[in-house]
Amino acid sequence: MKIGIVTFPGTLDDRDAARAVRHAGGESVALWHNDADLHGVDAVILPGGFSYGDYLRCGAISRFSPVMEPIIKAAQGGMPLLGICNGFQVLAEAHLIPGALTRNHELHFLCRDQTISIENVNTAWTLSFPQGQEIVIPLKNGEGAYMCDDETLAMLEGEGRIIARYVGENPNGSRNLIAGITNERGNIVGLMPHPEHAIDSLTGPSADGLGFFTSVLKSFISGGVK
Amino acid sequence: MAKIVVDVMLKPEILDPQGKAVAAALPRLGFTFAKDVRQGKRFEIEVDGEPTAAQLADVEKAAEKLLSNPVIENFTVRVEK
Repeated sequence: MKIGIVTFPGTLDDRDAARAVRHAGGESVALWHNDADLHGVDAVILPGGFSYGDYLRCGAISRFSPVMEPIIKAAQGGMPLLGICNGFQVLAEAHLIPGALTRNHELHFLCRDQTISIENVNTAWTLSFPQGQEIVIPLKNGEGAYMCDDETLAMLEGEGRIIARYVGENPNGSRNLIAGITNERGNIVGLMPHPEHAIDSLTGPSADGLGFFTSVLKSFISGGVK
Repeated sequence: MAKIVVDVMLKPEILDPQGKAVAAALPRLGFTFAKDVRQGKRFEIEVDGEPTAAQLADVEKAAEKLLSNPVIENFTVRVEK
């Protein structure tokens, strides 16, 4: 299975994402922001970083990169798409998922190991986790506060589309402790903390993050998500 | 030459931590007038001659698509001489 990893100018975590994909047993394919060709990949990851220097708004300029056009089209057709951190911001700017990410409520850039609970295991990126599992993966962001209106929040809660929540104190002011959400179909996931930095105990706080990458590979074998 | 000004502000219901930090800094400098501060963005777009209705309509579209995020922000467009 080929998983495409997009590199925008200012992307930082593309190499770790590629390593995580390989570690999980997949083949990683480098995708370039200025090349509107997905090179036959089966899924795409938008990794973290500071694409286009976070100018204007985080993800606002990357969202209009040439590579995003085929990604948006494929994801709307059901291709698994994971946006981590800055990638989550790109997904929100592209309106592939509802809401927006804004400045952390206490203004500080956060970088720490964070416990999150996995609350929806019916997405392409979470299906190898047991429901309710608590995992520890790094959280590092300046604009990670998930915001949406009350109506959207009620919809996300009602439809079980919050896939992960922060455990303990709210680190960044996200509504309802939201760490990650999915689209209606469950193929697109936006996640603020970084599973790609926690795939083995040598380089990360745990190997808990690997589950996101094994999930997507498993989703192909089981013929996709519901 | 005219200038088209687009002001972008966070919607009133969205928390503005930057504005809050500015509001907290003012009294430390002895300025006690501020009840609340909100911080936004201002874009100045230069065009040749008087802006046409079509140009202004395009600026509106650009403001909605790129300059602002309608999920969390409002914008206004005006012409400055």
